[in-house]
Amino acid sequence: MRLIKEKTHIDFLGPKRRKIALSLSLLFVIVSFASIATRGLNFGIDFTGGVLLEVGYSQAADIEGIRDNLAAAGFDDAQVLQFGEDTDVLVRLPPQGDAQPSEIRRQLQTVLESGGKTVDLRRVEFVSPQVGEELAEQGSLAMIFAMLMIFAYVMFRFQWKFAAGAVTALAHDVIVTVGFFSIFQLPFDLTVVAAVLAVIGYSLNDTVVAFDRIRENFFKLRGVSTEESMNTSINEMLARTLITGMTTLLVLVALLTLGGESIAPFSIALIVGIIVGTYSSVYTASATALLLGVDAQDLLEPVKDPSLIDDLP
Amino acid sequence: MNKFPAWLNILVLVIAVTGILLALPNIYGSSPAVQLAEKNGIPVSEEKLAEFVRVVEDSGVVAEASYIKDGRAVLRFSANDQGTALDALRDNFAKEYGVAPTLAPKLPTWLRNLGLNPMSLGLDLRGGVYVLLEVDMDTAVEARMSSYQQDFEDRLREARIRQRVDLDNGVITVRLTSEENTIAAREIIRKSDPDIIITDGADGRSLQVRMTDAQIKAREDLAIEQNITTLRNRVDELGVAEPLVQRQGSNRIVVQLPGVQDPTALDKILTATATLEFRMLDQSGDEPGSRRYPGRGDEPAAILKRKVIASGDQIIDAGFVFVEGQPAVSIKLDAAGGESMLVTTQNNLQKLMCTVFIETSRETVMRNGVEQQRTIKVEEIINCATIRGVFKNNFQITGLTQVEARDLALLLRAGALAAPVYKIDERTIGPSLGQDNIDKGAMAISVGFLGVILFMAVYYRWFGMIANVALFSNLVFIVALLSLLQASLTLPGIAGIVLTVGMAVDANVLIFERIREEIAAGQPPQAAINLGYEKALSSIADANITTLIAAVVLFAFGTGAVKGFAITLSLGIMTSMFTAIIGTRAIVNLVFGGRRLESLPV
Repeated sequence: MRLIKEKTHIDFLGPKRRKIALSLSLLFVIVSFASIATRGLNFGIDFTGGVLLEVGYSQAADIEGIRDNLAAAGFDDAQVLQFGEDTDVLVRLPPQGDAQPSEIRRQLQTVLESGGKTVDLRRVEFVSPQVGEELAEQGSLAMIFAMLMIFAYVMFRFQWKFAAGAVTALAHDVIVTVGFFSIFQLPFDLTVVAAVLAVIGYSLNDTVVAFDRIRENFFKLRGVSTEESMNTSINEMLARTLITGMTTLLVLVALLTLGGESIAPFSIALIVGIIVGTYSSVYTASATALLLGVDAQDLLEPVKDPSLIDDLP
Repeated sequence: MNKFPAWLNILVLVIAVTGILLALPNIYGSSPAVQLAEKNGIPVSEEKLAEFVRVVEDSGVVAEASYIKDGRAVLRFSANDQGTALDALRDNFAKEYGVAPTLAPKLPTWLRNLGLNPMSLGLDLRGGVYVLLEVDMDTAVEARMSSYQQDFEDRLREARIRQRVDLDNGVITVRLTSEENTIAAREIIRKSDPDIIITDGADGRSLQVRMTDAQIKAREDLAIEQNITTLRNRVDELGVAEPLVQRQGSNRIVVQLPGVQDPTALDKILTATATLEFRMLDQSGDEPGSRRYPGRGDEPAAILKRKVIASGDQIIDAGFVFVEGQPAVSIKLDAAGGESMLVTTQNNLQKLMCTVFIETSRETVMRNGVEQQRTIKVEEIINCATIRGVFKNNFQITGLTQVEARDLALLLRAGALAAPVYKIDERTIGPSLGQDNIDKGAMAISVGFLGVILFMAVYYRWFGMIANVALFSNLVFIVALLSLLQASLTLPGIAGIVLTVGMAVDANVLIFERIREEIAAGQPPQAAINLGYEKALSSIADANITTLIAAVVLFAFGTGAVKGFAITLSLGIMTSMFTAIIGTRAIVNLVFGGRRLESLPV
């Protein structure tokens, strides 16, 4: 069976398409940045610090009632959300200063149980703002560090123009994925950072496989333009790119729909990241390398010029 | 063409069998159990185990299995019997043994004898309490400085040098009356601590004393280590199976209590501190101010005099030693404590001196409907010994078990007070959520896995089926490695496995697409197989190494949940390289190799 024709000749990198693709990517990035700057991210308590309670009622929960009760008990800054099933409720509070966790926990439990309801405390988390800051710092550092390592690896295996192309595509993927979370104000927690890093790994995987083929074709297809040989390579790898993307998306959709509410942001980040990553490794990465003027010469062993040696003192 | 040498086939087979064996313990599930651990860490003997079983049987319950693991006795029960057995065992053995309810894997004996274990589950999957504590290092260092201050003051007074010793912001300033005294004082301080930094004051009549960076570091390490020891002992008292108390970074401690639902039990532990006091036994028993102290463990209670000869804050060093084959704690007192000890021992030869162990903890209580913090102080005699000679700063305390002596030495070494700790992160996961997470994770893996194998079978026909065998082996290998490494499986860890399932087929997709290309280019089937595997290799390697870089960075920077994801992702990438490249090739060679083929089912 085949997903696409055995031989495709889609012009991914024609000057006009290239421009459209790059402009589109640029637009995504700008929109993402704009949203992150103006709307910010809906950070989870992993980053902001605070208190989180996940509780299960035996009957459908009265969200409004719970909110009122909490406000009456002095927790007027509490967020109360339905979480998965209608019996499950998530309560979030900003950091509570010096108050003892056990005390707050007891107070919250009393409020939630008011009216003789039975409540199953499924998850209770207290995170100090200090830990949150550290995690945010570590997360950003990890992303930057991962990109640097990857740049180094691609430079070592290929050449700096390819490395620049790969890292541009990665930065694009990260920004757009994070932007997606900002635009839709999805909860951004630690698992999302993990997912974004996995996206970096995945998208790069895609890019590198394409580069590998480009290198092969640079030597095999003599007498064709760089653009054409890159285009052929992308076409040749298209089936693989789509199939792997599809199987990965398949499992991620399973994870999103069956894996439970707490892993949902993680699944969404990966799904968005993989779609964007697949797009970027087809368009952005190669187009950037092309923009930087990559050609077959770049991948040849540099010929030692004896005249240079003579010039040395 | 396309035949593996026999050794390679055998190697693949051996690896596959090992993987299956290591993963096998995970299919049996687990059931409620009770774990008994000797409080001093002495391994449980077979006879003792038989005794436990007997006691349980007397209570009308039969253990499904009983065995010793890592020196601890484990008795497994059916769900309803655990409570009865736990009570019976606690009633009979709680004094010498930590008796804790737990879950034990239902392994057949032969697997257990091989020392194999199922994966260990993270707290988000089994439920429990996670706490991250920060140790107040400044206070720990400050406390050490103030004991230096006290010590210098005492020593200089002893040498009849007039002085004023002040401590401010980590620097001790010693003011003296003359330059000769300054020189003498420097000598005395240098003798008391050869490493400490001593600088002359501008006026020539003062000295400034600071700890070296190495000393500060050592002090901090000690404070952490001491706190960990204390916490570990106290956590053991809670009766929790498999608790974890571990250092994280330079000044943090992680405490994990699987199965515990109420984190308030931990609060009591955290606020407790321990110290020692030395008092004389009141033989007449009616001296004014004398008081009765209970004994710790087998130690009898006794009436002790009011005067404290020396107390924990005067202890400047303590170590674990053996005295005549008995475990003991060597104590070194500061000048004032030493002086007092000297006078006492001179006047009380052949009399009994007792060591009192004092533990304070805080507890929240309800009083008239208002919550109040109450300090609970436990004072127990840990030993009474006859004074056989005169001693001053250095002496030993016996009458403790090896573990107690070692812990006490550690506790005392850093001054009596454990450095204060603050809770900066606390997470409690209920057991129902844990089970829910497991069920959902398993469901997601199964459905995702089924989807992928169906797709592969339809898309690549027989080659797809072979890739599916590899994919399944990959799952087995991940589980096998997780079981072997005993790395905790968390919910993000499960997500990592799911992601691996999706990505692991990539290598095979690359190979199979390449084989298709080679066939399209007119290569005969056998050559196409060979070329397909060969040419796809560099792409596969590059692709996996880059993903691995991301996973390793994630592991290095991540904490807790994220680490779990990084572990399964990295393991999955590595195992998938093996299964997708070598594993499938072995099967392809076995099925198609060395035959004349007209076409390939790819």
